[in-house]
Amino acid sequence: MVGTERMNHVIEMLHIRKEFPGIVANDDITLQVEKGEIHAILGENGAGKSTLMSILFGLYHADRGTIKVRGKEVHIASPNDATDLGIGMVHQHFQLVQNFTVTENIILGMEGGFVLDRRSAGKKIKALSEQYGLSINPDSVIEDITVGMQQRVEILKMLYRDAEILIFDEPTAVLTPQEIEELMHIMRNMVKEGKSVILITHKLDEIKAVADRCSIIRRGKLIDVVDVATTSQAKMASMMVGRPVNFKVVKEQVSTGDIMLEVQNLGVSNAKKLPAVKNFSLTVRSGEIVGIAGVDGNGQTELVEAITGLRQVDSGKILLQGKDLTHASIRDRNESGLGHIPEDRQKRGLVMTSSLGANMIIKEYYRTPFSKHGILQEEIIDKHAQDICDAFDVRSGEGIHSHAGKLSGGNQQKAIVGREMWLEPDVIIAVQPTRGLDVGAIEYIHKRLVEHRNKGKAVLLVSFELDEIFNLADRIAVMNSGELIDVVETKQTNEEEIGLMMAGVRSKEVAR
Amino acid sequence: MKIKSNAFLIAISAVILGIIAGGLLMLAIGSNPFEGFYYLFRGSLMNMERIGNTLATAITLMLVGLSVAFAFKTGLFNIGASGQMLIGGLCATLVAHHVFIPRPLYLVVLIGAAFLGGALWGVVPGLLKAKFNVHEVVATIMMNWIAYWSIYYFVPAYLKGPSLETESKSIALEQTLRSPWLTELFGRGYMNLGIFIAIIAVLAIKFILDKTTLGFELKAVGSNRFCAEYAGIKVNRNVVISMMIAGGLAGLAGVTYYAGYSRNMQIGVLPQMGFDGIAVALLGASNPVGVFFSGLFFGMLQSGKGFMNAMTEVPPEIADTIIATIIYFTATSVLFSRFWDKVGRNRRDRADRRNETASQAEEVHHEQK
Repeated sequence: MVGTERMNHVIEMLHIRKEFPGIVANDDITLQVEKGEIHAILGENGAGKSTLMSILFGLYHADRGTIKVRGKEVHIASPNDATDLGIGMVHQHFQLVQNFTVTENIILGMEGGFVLDRRSAGKKIKALSEQYGLSINPDSVIEDITVGMQQRVEILKMLYRDAEILIFDEPTAVLTPQEIEELMHIMRNMVKEGKSVILITHKLDEIKAVADRCSIIRRGKLIDVVDVATTSQAKMASMMVGRPVNFKVVKEQVSTGDIMLEVQNLGVSNAKKLPAVKNFSLTVRSGEIVGIAGVDGNGQTELVEAITGLRQVDSGKILLQGKDLTHASIRDRNESGLGHIPEDRQKRGLVMTSSLGANMIIKEYYRTPFSKHGILQEEIIDKHAQDICDAFDVRSGEGIHSHAGKLSGGNQQKAIVGREMWLEPDVIIAVQPTRGLDVGAIEYIHKRLVEHRNKGKAVLLVSFELDEIFNLADRIAVMNSGELIDVVETKQTNEEEIGLMMAGVRSKEVAR
Repeated sequence: MKIKSNAFLIAISAVILGIIAGGLLMLAIGSNPFEGFYYLFRGSLMNMERIGNTLATAITLMLVGLSVAFAFKTGLFNIGASGQMLIGGLCATLVAHHVFIPRPLYLVVLIGAAFLGGALWGVVPGLLKAKFNVHEVVATIMMNWIAYWSIYYFVPAYLKGPSLETESKSIALEQTLRSPWLTELFGRGYMNLGIFIAIIAVLAIKFILDKTTLGFELKAVGSNRFCAEYAGIKVNRNVVISMMIAGGLAGLAGVTYYAGYSRNMQIGVLPQMGFDGIAVALLGASNPVGVFFSGLFFGMLQSGKGFMNAMTEVPPEIADTIIATIIYFTATSVLFSRFWDKVGRNRRDRADRRNETASQAEEVHHEQK
């Protein structure tokens, strides 16, 4: 197939260059997508994948280079131009009106005349949905359907606009394993119908599962274009990162010690004042990583906020090394040895408009040596930030003086992990610590968390990715609608069993 | 450093465009813009007296601008500088009429009273925001009117002048911020010791924001309150402190205006300068030093417009139009930063190409060898 259709390029981006202050995001990148293929773009966070696709979709303009669509040179000035050329994009963050129906969302922006013709639009949507196996009900309201379904609405939006080339930007980040499986199936259907798919991802198993060819980008440069079927995952990973990568975290046996964190019969309400965490009890000992598995939205966020002091506790107790912290201030908890890698690094983790240096002392600025008598000690602060950046491989355009917002997601996360680890907390709560990161960064952060455990500290890991839980956790606590379903030893369970528990099925054979 | 120079370019672009817009307006009403601007700046800088009066106007603008800028830095919009100025001025006026102690000590009491008065007027919205999440814009506007009507009551009741019902009796010259040597130096104008208050305030605020843990907390809360909360910073406490300091700065503007530039308070006037401070802060990019210079510039426009009107057909409202245009251009500063980025990039590109050609030439040269 690669041979016969070589000349049939539906998209060609030739010698694209795009510069941002202090960084060359795309340096002479050439991308050629054939008609009817699934073409993956693989690269670390900050490698320049998203920039390249934003150029193709008209969100950015290349400094140099040309774009050809179906062999014709084009100028894409805006997403509207891209849509007219038959290019559609499913963004990582969905752009849907929550209280509109599926049909209303899809026809939004192309309603036609003055009177809405929902009926015929609905018919067309239903037909498309059947053709591609999307099983979407056009009359459902967005806020009532699952995230996976919402993504399909985004896909339908593009199909409805007759998109021929579909770009998926990290589409599986928000999906459950089953939903990922279904998405792969949908992509294959699209290609069967003659569409072309560009898949931006850093997940190798997904590429292996669906893609035909893969362009690998590293630090703004195109490294290679490989045939997926004949290239191993390890090979692709090393091309992406620039060195060999370990997939399995090496985890030696460590004996567990005293109870470091203890949660007793905790009850917490969510923002709508409804119980989100119900009678939840859990212990984490020194030298162990306890993973909390569960589908997003089952009370994990509220549990973590309660433990870290961001949310009031209704009932129950939180003890850190026996010290009651149930109603302690956040600073007290920090000083008592509680570290927190927050779920949302942009909202909680960093002040995006401040320098990296300032962000690295945000929990310690008031203490010596960072300040004396209320005056900040710049030299010491800068050195501290530099030390963390060196130790945790945080890369940025202008070093420690870069604004945190200018860093790529992976580097932002490494900075946060670095800041928290540097404090050597007795207990660290890591929530989705590797969300949206590439294998290189994931490997790195996992290694650091295991090191932390090996030092005799405790780690509470909350993740929606089962792979991550199984890779890291010594024990797995499963959460469903705010309740603890069970805690099991990782060695004595499997993904299937945990999957059932995540759905709320209590296992009988596994005794505590 | 880079960001600062960018803000500077934006400010200069806004000023130039504002002046061009003013010039076009003068043309449109059939006046000679060069003549208009000549008299505008002559009116503010012609002799020592005029310079002194320009500075005296600028002092108040700087302090109000600093108040708004400080609140901006911590994520708050202080639209209540007018009311804070009034209360600061009222406290200063009360001190001026009732406290008679040696001058150095007296000045400390006078200035301190003004600061505290303004701070009180700032603390109330700060507490309302912290405790009940009342938006500070609403609360500070309300406080403006409370100040307005308080003055309406207080001045006739306790500070009535000998002849007029509508203004307070004049403060004795030696009880104001005027100082004989400054008055002499600046040709008997309105120039007063307020200039030192303004300079010290600018430096102090710059120091607080850049160098202290207090400034660190305030900026963290202002830039991302969720992250500040996560890091263990008390968000609400910082909101109150920020509004208190902002109010205090506007209170200082009050003493420089009511016991320096003028010597009495009128009832029924909400000082326009409280709102001009927003423009000063915007043009100064909320940077204390930037506020100093933008205060000077607006002071020039304010104090020169009367002379321009007297000498030409140009109405003084042109100066206000220029101010408005500058605010407009500052607010749309995204356009400028894009423009300057592009200029910078083109220049870099050209440099790159030059280097490329140079290195190519060098290679060729080598090969030929």
